[in-house]
Amino acid sequence: MDARIGIRNTKSMLFKGVIVFFAFLITLPLIIVLLYIIKQGVTEVNWHFLTHVPAPVGETGGGISNALMGSLLIVLMSSIVAIPVGIMTGIYLSENPHTKLAYYSGLCVDILQGVPSIVVGIVVYFWIVKPLGTFSAISGSIALAIMMLPIVIRSTEQTLRLLPPSLKEAALSLGVPYHRVILKVIVPCGFAGILSGIMLSIARIIGETAPLLFTAFGNPYLSYSVTKPMETLPHLIYTYATSPYDDWHNLAWGASFILLMFVLLLNITTKLITRKWNIQL
Amino acid sequence: MKWETIFKRLLIIMSAILVLLIIGILITLIVQSMPSIKSLGIGFLWGKVWDPVQNIYGAYPFLIGTLLTSFIALIISIPFSYAISIYLGEYNPKGWLSNLLKNTIELIAAVPSIIYGFWGLFVLVPVIRIFEAKIGVAPYGIGVFTSSLILAVMIIPYAASLGITLIRMVPSPLKEGAYALGATRYEVIRSVIMPYTRSGLFAGVLLSLGRALGETMAVTMLIGNTSAIASSIKEAIFGPGNTMASVIANEFTEADHTVYLSALIELGLVLFFVTVIINFIGKRIITKFTNN
Repeated sequence: MDARIGIRNTKSMLFKGVIVFFAFLITLPLIIVLLYIIKQGVTEVNWHFLTHVPAPVGETGGGISNALMGSLLIVLMSSIVAIPVGIMTGIYLSENPHTKLAYYSGLCVDILQGVPSIVVGIVVYFWIVKPLGTFSAISGSIALAIMMLPIVIRSTEQTLRLLPPSLKEAALSLGVPYHRVILKVIVPCGFAGILSGIMLSIARIIGETAPLLFTAFGNPYLSYSVTKPMETLPHLIYTYATSPYDDWHNLAWGASFILLMFVLLLNITTKLITRKWNIQL
Repeated sequence: MKWETIFKRLLIIMSAILVLLIIGILITLIVQSMPSIKSLGIGFLWGKVWDPVQNIYGAYPFLIGTLLTSFIALIISIPFSYAISIYLGEYNPKGWLSNLLKNTIELIAAVPSIIYGFWGLFVLVPVIRIFEAKIGVAPYGIGVFTSSLILAVMIIPYAASLGITLIRMVPSPLKEGAYALGATRYEVIRSVIMPYTRSGLFAGVLLSLGRALGETMAVTMLIGNTSAIASSIKEAIFGPGNTMASVIANEFTEADHTVYLSALIELGLVLFFVTVIINFIGKRIITKFTNN
């Protein structure tokens, strides 16, 4: 009898050991990737690197200013499109959860979340690149805006749903018009949640490469024209990483370092915001 | 009064835009793949040869490549995502260590796929090459297996974070009852927690499968991009291949005539349907689970 209990206890301990081992083992790849990128990238980054365009093959030096500016511009344009649409749809979904439109549009958010990014690239190619006749920064922004939408919508919807209904009722009973209740009471109360959703969505799209392959395309020169091809950080990493030249690989390591740091910083800041305001996303 | 109606209308219009967006995506994909559907028919899906120069298009190599990479990745990822779910859901749900581990796992999902691809190309590929030489297969380094390894790391957070939430939702009276009967921790997990959360954990695996099927950049950089069909199973797993997403990424801008381009878009259409269906089933299971 005692022996049986002993076996069962040992089995339980062994199982726990295996679980703990596997649960912690998975952090290893992340740590290795992080350390490797930092080791390769940090020596590349300096003022010259941030303010110059890539040098041609064979010349030393050069930087990634074209990709930095491009990523910044494209993400900015995507945000301008996606944030208002996303927040308003989020408000609609949380305010009218039982209408037919809310059902279908909620369904579409779920679908959009699952659409592979490369498919978004194809579609935007036919919507914007083909009619305009050239790859352009604007088409890249639209593709990324589509990728941003589901995250902004869901975070807005979920944050606003958590607010107590008494808040809205109190404001309405004072005779405040509906749009002012939403814009001046409900949205400010859920501001931290909405903001963290926006930050998460930016962190997600800034590293997206696949939808940009057929839209923003890439450009070895610094360009501010939104109707011309524009370089972005992930696309620069892709082109230079798959090139055969060591100089270009180094450029790509530096760009990876900057991209990774930016993404991690955004994610960690979002975590801190959600913890401080106690938001569940 | 006037502003109020305008505001309400605006909300409705924005939500309607979203529905139109999905319909638009679907219509665009269908219309643009029409030339290929018309000229190649349904046989496109199991045509074994993909040779744009000869104007022969068959999707079979990519279907196999996509399924193979995704399922190998899934098999590698399942022990990890289950272990994380059980550890953070049951053994250690609170405290700084638990928070740290949970946040670290979420960061795994935050790293852009292009960076995984780049790292894989320069660090993982040489390691795999040595490994392949040891077990006696052609040491390509790049290939289906390498892509699956990276994919596995990338999809673990999706199944894991859902699993943690679901395991924490197991009612404690159930667990306490089992403990009171003298069950050990392992027995409680095996015969109470696992049966209770089975469908939910399965949904998590489905959602991560959806991710794996559509993942493009890391796979494109690591899979080797050949459209030939491997002659043996060993070759198929360790040799280079191609997935639907990677062939689109590689050949879309090079496609120089209508049927070629349209065949690539038809691949995109297939990918769209498959991921939408998988996600839909996954979400359905979760909704059912959380409502009960």
